[in-house]
Amino acid sequence: MTTIQHPLTTSGLNYNPYAPRNVWNRAMNLLAALFSILVVLPLITVILYVLYKGGGAITPAIFTELPPAPGLSEPMGMGNAIIGTAMVTGVAALVAIPVGVGGGIYLAEVAKRGWFAQFIRFGVNVLAGVPSIICGLFIYALVVNTRILWGESFSAMAGGLALAVLMLPTIVKTTDEGLKLVSQELRMGSLGIGASRFVTITRVVLPAAISPIATGVVLGIARAAGETAPLIFTALFSPFWPDWSSGLGLLAPTATMSVQIYNFGIMPFAPQVQLAWAASFILVVMILMANLLSRWLARFSAS
Amino acid sequence: MFTHKKRPWAEKLVDRAFIRMTAILASVVSLTVFGIFFTVGFQAVFQGDLSSLLPWNPDSIWQGIAPWNDEETFGVRWGAIPHFGLGFLANSSWNPVRSDYGALTPIYGTLMTSALALLLAVPLGVGTAIFLTEDFLPQKLRTTIGFMVELLAAIPSVVLGLWAMAMLNGFLTVFTPLHTHLGWLPFFGTEPGGPNLAMASLILVVMLLPIITAVSRDSLNQVPIELRQGAYAIGATRWTSIFQVLIPAAISGIVGGTMLALGRALGETMAVTMIIGNSTNLSASWFSPSSTIASLLANQFGEADDIQVSALYYAALLLMILTFLVNICAQVIVKRLALKYD
Repeated sequence: MTTIQHPLTTSGLNYNPYAPRNVWNRAMNLLAALFSILVVLPLITVILYVLYKGGGAITPAIFTELPPAPGLSEPMGMGNAIIGTAMVTGVAALVAIPVGVGGGIYLAEVAKRGWFAQFIRFGVNVLAGVPSIICGLFIYALVVNTRILWGESFSAMAGGLALAVLMLPTIVKTTDEGLKLVSQELRMGSLGIGASRFVTITRVVLPAAISPIATGVVLGIARAAGETAPLIFTALFSPFWPDWSSGLGLLAPTATMSVQIYNFGIMPFAPQVQLAWAASFILVVMILMANLLSRWLARFSAS
Repeated sequence: MFTHKKRPWAEKLVDRAFIRMTAILASVVSLTVFGIFFTVGFQAVFQGDLSSLLPWNPDSIWQGIAPWNDEETFGVRWGAIPHFGLGFLANSSWNPVRSDYGALTPIYGTLMTSALALLLAVPLGVGTAIFLTEDFLPQKLRTTIGFMVELLAAIPSVVLGLWAMAMLNGFLTVFTPLHTHLGWLPFFGTEPGGPNLAMASLILVVMLLPIITAVSRDSLNQVPIELRQGAYAIGATRWTSIFQVLIPAAISGIVGGTMLALGRALGETMAVTMIIGNSTNLSASWFSPSSTIASLLANQFGEADDIQVSALYYAALLLMILTFLVNICAQVIVKRLALKYD
């Protein structure tokens, strides 16, 4: 007579699905999958909701008209905010890219490991952690309140400076990291045939690292375009078109899409809320594009 | 054959000027950090704008130092720090009518929303990071999910705030049973009826998840494959090796990412402002409107004047010191706990 031992009770080499450790294992698998779904879920709901609510509000008039006065539903547009976002982000990029790339070059190519470079790296990390609203308060105290910009207070220029403070650490870091990836042989070769450091850096090293730097810059600009907190006390808001007579519109209070979402989103009027959704739609689509572009840039550099 | 030829002086000049210029641009970063601390500190100590630092300004603060000036002609008035001192931290009233300001409510709101958000976001984020580094799904799908999580980080906080406002009623139906069944707990003590602290925490969870997930995933990916192979070889199951080997090996990145996320949560402004209710009354309940330091700034700074502006800058200084310390801790922890495999 042979007794067949049931695999459940053996401690042999067979896989026992009811052993506590295997049950635990499967339970944890399930939990991890559940967590991942919970993480991806809000993203999908946010994007679908924005596309649904905002996409429906997109009309040609959005780009050419001004927002309606509270209580009215005509005209339905936000052309001023779209131009304003472009202006403020443009100023920020013009300030932050030269300073950030220059600083990154200094860290990666010139100083490398001195105490001063460590000090600057520390500063970059601290600046990256400064809350965005504090950037706004800083520029308010420095530029808006003292009327240092040709006697003007709230302006697109001030907003751009606040965003530049925010973008600066990202650009310095990506430049620093990107330049470190360039192989040392390139530098040696360039210096070896008699090129000066200036020529080596600008003609050889920078072009070799252009794709990670460009990725960082694109993502930094996209992030800055969506920032609201630094703008509410610096660029303020305006229901009108930019006043081209005051410093090409840069020295007057300026509407931006992000501040418009905040200002209109909390209003009790349906047309304003609809415009807030339209602005969200444009911002989210823009950020999606920037992310795709940055991935394309990364793949471009890999090949 | 080879003649020693010196570089033209103009070229040398360009070279040296370029190096100098990069050094100056790099110091702009550090100067900005100093500028931010100095400006916020100045505005918290004095009322009046930065131009009163200039000695030739009629409202110059240096008049007060000059011996021939008595108290009456002192152009610049003291701000919130001399007025309220450290009592600012323990005072829960924010009263513009009586000019009595204290930051206890927003400090409590800031710490409570961040703590709640971390409590939920850390298990979720680390769990997702593990899921994305194990071989549960094909590589392509994992990369896609990773990309989507990164996208979540790129969505502007004001858009998330707008979304949260639209979802308000959905959240309230979840919160109401918590109040009816667990209302005896002080945290669930009030009836949820509008924007509140719990919703702000949930929105913060959504914002923190991508940071924690991305950083944890990167550090889990960097654990050498030999450690995992060794764990499997001595008969560990998947989750034994994750808990006993992989997570301890990647702990520096995970903790560092969590601290970074905490820094972000403390300073997060727009979404929280739109959904927390902006009440300056202190309440222990998570279902009552509250405020954080950042939301207080966003909400009140525009209409504030005199000592209120200075009090807001005092609160901003506290927030800066808080995030500064958290970020320093993050860097130290990452360096301390980092295991070396050389």
